[in-house]
Amino acid sequence: MTYTQLAFSAAALAVVADLLLRTRLVTRKVFWMSYAIIVFFQLLSNGVLTGSGTVHYDGDVIIGSSSPEGVRPPFVGDGRIAYAPVEDLLFGFAMILWSQTLWILWGRRGVDREPRSGPPIWVKSSEVSDVPAKP
Amino acid sequence: MIYLVVLAGIFVASAWLELVVRTRVFRRWRRLLLTLAGTMVPMLLWDWYAIANGHWHFHMMTGLQVGIIPLEELLFFIVVPIAGILSLEAVRAVHGGIVGDEAP
Repeated sequence: MTYTQLAFSAAALAVVADLLLRTRLVTRKVFWMSYAIIVFFQLLSNGVLTGSGTVHYDGDVIIGSSSPEGVRPPFVGDGRIAYAPVEDLLFGFAMILWSQTLWILWGRRGVDREPRSGPPIWVKSSEVSDVPAKP
Repeated sequence: MIYLVVLAGIFVASAWLELVVRTRVFRRWRRLLLTLAGTMVPMLLWDWYAIANGHWHFHMMTGLQVGIIPLEELLFFIVVPIAGILSLEAVRAVHGGIVGDEAP
């Protein structure tokens, strides 16, 4: 299989798993807010890895073409975003959604459901609803 | 060595959330380890298949490998899922909202 086929399949599989396992992250605002942060950092770090020539891709298995050794691929275009193949976005989406699905699944089953996250250090504990305010 | 620096950058750029936003992801280490195991198995299979079939290859690496999989790739499948979970828990801590693991 090509990277393109694998990347689309993995992203679809991750969505199906999320829905079948009833974690339903793709329907939740918290997931998409966190994914927006993640995808920004993915473009940044993956851009460094591909732009620097650390990772090379075979043009036969991606939408775009191979990056010749020693030549930087286009920043945008030829199937690339921030030097990296667009397939990488699907790869990242699949891995993030699957790992977060597992995280929620284990929590739902009672493995380390507590302690819950927060509050951030800039929020006074008296402002948090589930902690009783001091008199 | 660029890859290791990028991984260190991802770790630093996400791990501070544990202290400042109190994500409590590392403190819930059993849940984190189970999540990482379940993520690494399919992702490493994919990576192994991709490297074996020449989908991608690497330069400027440490040269340390487990079979055909570079150490950097192994670390990637640990560092990046952790960063993702820290991000999810940080958004939840700041923004609130249902995520699906709430006590029944």
